Formats: sequence, C-alpha cells, structure tokens
Amino acid sequence: MRAVREYLPAVAVFVLGVAVWEAVVFAFSIEFYLLPAPHVIVASLRQSFPVLLEASLYTFGEALAGYGVGCGLGVVAAALGSRSPALAGVLLPYAIASASVPIVALAPLAIVWFGIGPGSKIAIAALMTFFPTFVATLRGLLGTDPESLELMRSCAATEWQIFWTLRLPGSVPLLFGALRACTTLAMIGAVVSEFFGGPMKSLGVYIKSTASLFQTRQAWSAILVACALGLTFYGVVALVERLAVPWRAERERVGA
Amino acid sequence: MPIITLDRVSKTYPAGAGSTEALQDVSLGIDRGEFVSLIGPSGCGKSTLLRIVGDLVPPSSGTVTVNGKTPEAARLDRDYGIVFQAPVLYDWRTVEANVRLPLEVMSWPRGEREARVRRLLRLVGLDAFRRHYPWQLSGGMQQRVAIARALVADPAILLMDEPFGALDEMTRERLNLELLDLAGETRATVLFVTHSVAEAVFLSSRVVVLSPRPGRIARVVEVDLPRPRTEKTRALPRFFELVTAVREHLVEDPGLAAVGARGAAV
Repeated sequence: MRAVREYLPAVAVFVLGVAVWEAVVFAFSIEFYLLPAPHVIVASLRQSFPVLLEASLYTFGEALAGYGVGCGLGVVAAALGSRSPALAGVLLPYAIASASVPIVALAPLAIVWFGIGPGSKIAIAALMTFFPTFVATLRGLLGTDPESLELMRSCAATEWQIFWTLRLPGSVPLLFGALRACTTLAMIGAVVSEFFGGPMKSLGVYIKSTASLFQTRQAWSAILVACALGLTFYGVVALVERLAVPWRAERERVGA
Repeated sequence: MPIITLDRVSKTYPAGAGSTEALQDVSLGIDRGEFVSLIGPSGCGKSTLLRIVGDLVPPSSGTVTVNGKTPEAARLDRDYGIVFQAPVLYDWRTVEANVRLPLEVMSWPRGEREARVRRLLRLVGLDAFRRHYPWQLSGGMQQRVAIARALVADPAILLMDEPFGALDEMTRERLNLELLDLAGETRATVLFVTHSVAEAVFLSSRVVVLSPRPGRIARVVEVDLPRPRTEKTRALPRFFELVTAVREHLVEDPGLAAVGARGAAV
C-alpha cells in the first residue's frame, strides 16, 4: 500500500505527460517525422519489437561488460589506493579531471584502438564507470570513523583485519551509490559509442540510421527501449543494494 | 602493586604555531579490581588520559605501566576492553556478531566463541535480541551491546569514555547498577571518564578530579560507600557528602565553559 502511494505521483505525471504530448501533436498537426505521437511510437515498437529486442540486448551486453570492468577496476584501484596514499595521490587528480572531460568524446579513438566491434564500446563504458566507482569507494574506505578504528586498535587488530572487517563493509553504502549512478553511465557510454560505428543490430546504430532517414518513430521506439533497459538495470542494482545494505533503507524510513 | 601506574604523564598537542598543554604531570596508581572515575571540566584532558592508558595516544612525557608492561605491550596482549560515548557498533553485523568481533580479531577458536558471546549477552540481558541489528535497538540497548563487546574477551582493564553520556537519566541509572554487577563479576579494573559527579561517586572506589586545562590532579576522593551499591545508596547522607566533596574541587574554567556551551549549541 505504501509502495502504491509512493509511486502514484510519478505514475500520474507520466500519464499526464503522455496525454499532453498526444494532445499537442494532434492539436498543432505536428508532422510525425518531427515528433510522432505516443500511440504511433508504441505501434512502431510493437511492429519492430524482435529487431529492437536483439539490438538492445546486444547493446546492453556491451554496457554490462563495460560496467563490470569499470566498476570492478574502480573497486580494486580504491582498495589499493586506500592502502597506499601515494597511489591514491596519483589517481585522484585524474579522477577529478575526468569529471570535466566528456569521455564519450574519446569514442572515435576507442574505435581506432579496440576496433569497430564490442571492444571499443566496452572500453568507453568501462572508462565512464571507473572513476565514479573509484572515488566513491576510496572515500568510503578512508572515511572510517576514528572511534571504530580505536576500537579495532584496542583489540590489536592488524591492518588486514581492519580492512576486511571494518573499512570494506563500511564503504558498501557509498559504493552502491556509485554502482547505481554507473548503470546509466554505462548505457550512455555504450549507446553513444555506437553512434561512431558498430554493427546494424545495435541500439546506437539503429537510432542513428533511422533518425538520419527521418524514420523518427523507429528512432523513438528504440530510445524508449534504451530507457526501459536503463531503468531496469538501475532497478536491479537498487534492489541488490536494499538486500545488501538493509539498515540504509530502514534509516531512511524512520528518518534517522 | 598497582595494575596501572602513571608517573608524571604530560601531553601537549601542537596547535597552530605553538602548542596546547592538555595534561601536566599526572601521577596515579590504580589497584587491580578498582573502579576509578576521572572527572573534570570540558577540555581538561580526561579522555586523553584514558587514551594514553589504552595506548591510543602516546604521552609527550612521563611513563605509563600497565600490568607490568608498556601500554603498547598491554594492548597487543589484549588487556583492554573499551567503551565510548557512542556505541560504535557495526550496522552490518547482528548484535551477536558485534559482540563476537574482538574474539574474531583475536582468532579465538570457533567453538569457544559462541558460548562466550551468549554468556555476555545474557549478562547484559540482550540474549533475546542477539539476531537483531544495532539500528533496531534503543540507545540504552546499543550501549549494553558495546559493554558486552568490551568484556567479551575478558580484559583485565575496562576503559570507558563517558559511556552513558548520551543516555537519558533513567537508563543511565539502570546501566550504572548493571555495570557494577558486571565489573564485580568479571573482576575487571575500570577506568571511567564522566561528566556526572553523582555517577562518578556512585560507581567508583576513587574519584580523580582533574583541574581545567592543562589537566592536573586537583583531588582524589576516596569513596567509602558500602557495597553492594543499590538504588538506596543514592539516598545515603554519605553519598551527598561525597558528591559535595567532589564538586568543591571541580573548577569550571570560565573560558572553556563558554566554548563548550557554544560547541553544544552548534
């Protein structure tokens, strides 16, 4: 019941938005190649669903691989960085600089290095997810509160024990924040990289080629699928977070 | 022979260009099984003194001997249990896993861990909550878990840094009684930092009053109240005499008091 009340406003806004969209297209007789009405997009989606499904699974595969590599390396680098301030000092400026550099701009170069196949897309998705994961996890690993450390010290815990029993579990909430944000980054990285070249059966190439032929409804239906995939990806990670960090949801609920 | 000996212990912290003297020439002997409270105005260095004994902060000068060893050797021998004002429990561990933590760190044999954890949880009355998570417990219960954790490895010395400072008066008085039972049962020597004169007198065999910064021993008050101490102890005329005696030597530094008040308001 609470879930229904929680999501009701969002659903209402969505329904309202679709209705307004439909009405505006009808009222101003907007050409379908400029902005197709929602029902046209849905019809197109139904028609080309098998093609779209194949393309989106292909792209999602790239995004997922890039996500795994980027987030995985991010966690490992943060673990090493937390043990060696010198290494963290070398990596952190790049992490901060990467926030201002559009990594997708490297996509054409990635194709030169890793080929037109999935490799270049995975590389971009990995690059986009690496730094947020690295920064958040490092902050989590080093942000252990002093009294927890004193407690471990008072039992003569080794650095290794402190890392495994205190720092690592303590960094999990921050890590999940990054893992959630990286789901959409990985999808963006994969789709946008495909704009610069890739197989026909991928979402990015599908969107680009249909849009350039003014097949706007097909492009929109592909965007819709990409959006649904991104949301599902995000949702799955958020669900895993709820199971892994139950006290966080609990605290939000009681407002602590 | 005392279990803890402090000999002219001083501590200065670097502060800006100069330095701040937190403790000055503190000498004190604590016998095995004693319950000694440290009390003094904010910033008098009582928490620092506790941390020096526990080898969490090194002294600037002077020597500390614990169990015939240096504090570091005592820490490495796991002679200490420690309780802070905040419970410092790990959210991702259940109550029993939190209590078990020191045993895991000390690599106790697995078979012996459970029995020991259960015993301590029964002692603090939380056996029924052993599968709960810390965030499902009240503040008083969380602090009981912290006390069970501090005592689980049967340390010779229990260090407590204002452990009940964040609790309401009723919970605090109940936990005071429980703590005396636990200390008696485990025969641990307790060093207890507090802001509350009544609490210090009620619990202790001796109350050490520290002066405002730099902290020096202003007075040591022997508490000759009968044992076992109960709710009735708080109503004894002698209890009030001792509270008054401690309070007389407790000088609040006006400058620091203002800083403390502002800090509390923020």
